[in-house]
Order: sequence, then structure tokens, then C-alpha cells
Amino acid sequence: MQHKTVAELSRELTEKKISSVELTQFFLERIKHFDSTLNSFITVSEDYALTAAKDADAKRAQGKASPLTGIPIAHKDIFCTDGVKTTCGSKMLDNFIAPYNATVIQNLNDAGTVMLGKTNMDEFAMGSSNETSYYGPVKNPWQSDYVSGGSSGGSAASVAALLAPASTGTDTGGSIRQPAALCGITGLKPTYGRASRYGMIAFASSLDQAGLFAHTAEDVALLLNAMAGFDEKDSTSVNHPVPDYTAALNNNLKGLRIGLPKEYFNAGLNNEVAQTIQTAIREYEKLGAVIEEISLPNTALSVPVYYVIAPAECSSNLARYDGVRYGYRCVNPADLQDLYERSRSEGFGTEVKRRIMIGTYVLSAGYYDAYYLKAQKIRRLICNDFVNAFKKVDVILSPTTPTPAFKIGEKTSDPISMYLSDIYTIAANLAGLPGISIPVGFVNQLPIGMQLITNLFGEAKLLNVAHQYQTVTDWHKQSPRGF
Amino acid sequence: MSLTPDAVKKIAHLARLSLSEDDIALYSTQLSKILDFIEQMNQVDTTQIEPLAHPLDISQRLRPDVITEPNLRNKYQTIAPQVEAGLYLVPKVIEEAS
Repeated sequence: MQHKTVAELSRELTEKKISSVELTQFFLERIKHFDSTLNSFITVSEDYALTAAKDADAKRAQGKASPLTGIPIAHKDIFCTDGVKTTCGSKMLDNFIAPYNATVIQNLNDAGTVMLGKTNMDEFAMGSSNETSYYGPVKNPWQSDYVSGGSSGGSAASVAALLAPASTGTDTGGSIRQPAALCGITGLKPTYGRASRYGMIAFASSLDQAGLFAHTAEDVALLLNAMAGFDEKDSTSVNHPVPDYTAALNNNLKGLRIGLPKEYFNAGLNNEVAQTIQTAIREYEKLGAVIEEISLPNTALSVPVYYVIAPAECSSNLARYDGVRYGYRCVNPADLQDLYERSRSEGFGTEVKRRIMIGTYVLSAGYYDAYYLKAQKIRRLICNDFVNAFKKVDVILSPTTPTPAFKIGEKTSDPISMYLSDIYTIAANLAGLPGISIPVGFVNQLPIGMQLITNLFGEAKLLNVAHQYQTVTDWHKQSPRGF
Repeated sequence: MSLTPDAVKKIAHLARLSLSEDDIALYSTQLSKILDFIEQMNQVDTTQIEPLAHPLDISQRLRPDVITEPNLRNKYQTIAPQVEAGLYLVPKVIEEAS
């Protein structure tokens, strides 16, 4: 049962081979059994899940079902869930019961999905290894002394370990694609503005985007149908029609132009990862795609630009945590200043404070032009690289990460080496483009992900290109031992 | 680019963070390294380039000036650290006249 995809479970529910309550209990049991070591969930919402599952079964009995009615799902703990603890991986929000639903949650609830719980993540989504979480690191299901990736580490690991058939995540600089790659599953970051940011706890507002994890591109398409769409409550939500993302999955790839950015296949790329990606490229050639080399000349600048823009926006967004209206408050504040300073210092972890400090510095008087404005100008150059590339090719293909998963603790004392693990994913956020990571093989028994990027609102194309690969390979069907 | 411990203290104050002496030492080393890394941006001439604030290059939408938020004050107050009579309590900020 745990190996079935969302599409397969949907058929079983339709054919009444299983009820949503049975399915939900099955996954809740798996979480109880396996998650004490994996640490992929912060909160398991058993009562909430069983109530939703009963409602789903009632709807199915009345013939009012959508394909997703009764499908269990896990949500990243960054999404506000009405009446359920929403921590964002931080001590700051350890006591925070969200008073409303994020639009992404509401849309998926309305489609009939059943929330199993809230998944572990890097604190306020700031991290690439899930090690900055107040609730401890998530283990990689393939090898437990390795990181799950981050920031959506719990969402990726829970799906990889078959504790949930699918999950939500967010991606600001690679936080869906990188953990999807490191855990061996499929993860989609849609176009900026495709899914609402309302009720999704803000990190860097011009980069944050909600997306999905599942085993297959087909499952992601089914879920994106429900999740995507315009939302008046998000001022940067884009009013662009939502197609049926499953409609184009089976289009053939004859003549599809795939570009390989030479800057993504340079000296920083692990040799064995490079070979694995080359094997995947040959599959696309067999499917009729035309491969050519392209250039994204400003790639090396994407990480420095990101580490100005993201911390700047983070320092503004996280100013709201002041210990006054919700969240952590220090004990016995001497005065208001002390209340602010100690609540924030005791409530935030090291990486979050580091980024608030960088952001505060680059926005402070006299430095704004040299850092933030300069970064925004180079952001346009990075964006223009993609505009030029998409004049020649339909899809850009690259590794998702330069190496397989690294060991827990390996990079925690060196922030810059941690930041560079997102070198291939950050540019898509800066340019607002949709990107997907799919599993394409293993190096040292650790999964390797391949990234596909396409033009704005090209999610249907991306899912089609990913799905076609998954019809001729079975990497997405591999599961870690012991689960 | 090197940040002195005093500069780190000033930034921490602006960000309303109180840092221990150990933290200040650690952050001044780490933040200096990160700023050095960011300095790579200076290799690029951007004099003719317009800054990009929104990845889709569109400006924020306007909406009619009507109240759309429901009144959830009671619900919000149940998750507040300290409230009284519908108000959020903080330490006294106005000194009493002597």
C-alpha cells in the first residue's frame, strides 16, 4: 500500500477498494512506527486527519468526490493551519496555534486531501540541510547519518520513506528541489506567483513560492491542479489561468530542445553526479529530444546576489516577531526594549540571527545602494540570461545539486560552503522560473536529482518532460530499505 | 570587508537582538566572510541596468479600499503572550511624573 502513487490511491478510493479512513490510519501507523528516528514530522495531527478522512468518505459516498478526495498529505510546517500548531521550525513559534488556513492549505482541503501532520524544516526555511530546525535535523531515509536537504527536509524525507504519499513544501532558493534530489523523489517549484503566499510564513517575499513533493510527476500534476491559482489575499499572486496539468503529460518529446548550461557542468560538479546526469540526457535523446549546450553567463553571481536579497527581505519580514502579539516572549522583561531584544535573541536560532544581521547591515543607511540595489541590478542580468536561453531552447537541464547528500554536521560550521550547495537552484528563484527535480540514479547509495527549468508558467511542459522520463525509467520507484 | 565587534553590536541593536560577547566575536568573523563573498558583485558593471524587484517585472495590484478582513480579535488574543481587557500587555513605557 505504501508504494502506491497518489494516482493509484485515487483509483482505489474510487473503486471502493479502500476507504480514506483506512488509508489515513495506515499512514498514521507508519508515521508512529518510523518517524521517531527519521524526525520528519514536528506535529502529527491524528484527530484532524481522521475527521477529514471521515468527511472525505462521506463525500465519496455521496458521489461528490474530486480525484484527490481522501488522499493523505503532509504539509510543511511553514503553512498556517487553523487550530493546528504551526512552528516554522522555530522556538519563536513553538507555542503558535495558527488562527487561519494558508490559501494553499485551504485549496488542498477543499479538494478533499487529508492532512496527516506538519513536517520538519529548517528554521524559518533558512537552511539547506534541515539542521537549523529547533526540532533537530531530519535524517536522510537512504542513509541515516546524511542530511535530508532543506529547507523542506521533513516533507521530502516523509515521502521518500513512504510515510505520506505526497507533501507540500516551499522553495526560496532550492528548498523543494534540493531535498527532493537528496531524498530521491520528485519536487516541483512552480512559477513565482503561481500558488498563493497567503498564510505561508514569509522568509524572502520576492522569492518564496509554494510547491509539491511526490513520487511521480503525474502525482505532482494532480496536486498542482488543486493548489495553484490566483488569490486576492496575496498581492503578488498572478492572475493567470490554471490549466489541467495532467492533460499534457503524455505529449511526446520529439524535437524538444533541451539546453545544457555549461556553467552548471563545470569544475564544481562531482564527477559521478555528472556521469549520472549524462546517462539521463541519453534517455532524452532516445525520446527524440535535441540536446545543445547553452550559456547562462552570470550563474556564478546568483549565490552572492541571493545572499543580499534573501537576508534583506528576511530581516524585514522577521521584524514582526517582537514578543508582543504572538510567539515566544522572554521571562521577566525589564522594559519594552529588553522584551524585544531578549524575546528575539532567545526565540531565534543561530542561522536566522546571522541572516537577520546580514539583511539589517545591507539595508542600513549608506549601504543600501552598494548592496541591495546592486543585487537587484544583477538579478536582472541573471533573469536576462534565461530570457536569451529560452529563445534557443524549450527546457534547461542540469544537476539539481553539485554533490549527493552530505553528512549531518559536515557543513554546519562553514555557512558559505552550505550556501554553495544551492548553486544550481538559486537562479530559478531569482528569475521567478518554474523548476522540477526528479530522481535519476545513485552515487554511493545516495540518490541524485536532475533539475529541469522552463519558461514562466511552463509547469505543464515541465511535468510532461519529467513524466516522459519516468515512463522509460524506474528511479522514481526505488525506495530506501527499512521502510 | 571586515566588520569590527563594535559594528556587529550596532547592527545587532538595529535588528533588536542582544548578543553575548561570544556571539559577537563569532558573528564578526562569519559576517565579514559572507560580506567578502558578496563583494563578487562588484566585478560587474551595472551602471545602465534597471534594478529588478519582482521576478515577473510587474507592479503590485491595487484593490478597492473596502474592509475584507473578518474581526478575529478574540481568536488572535488567545495566542498572545499577555492580554487584559482585550489589550496586549507590555512593560510600562511611560514613566510616571515624580
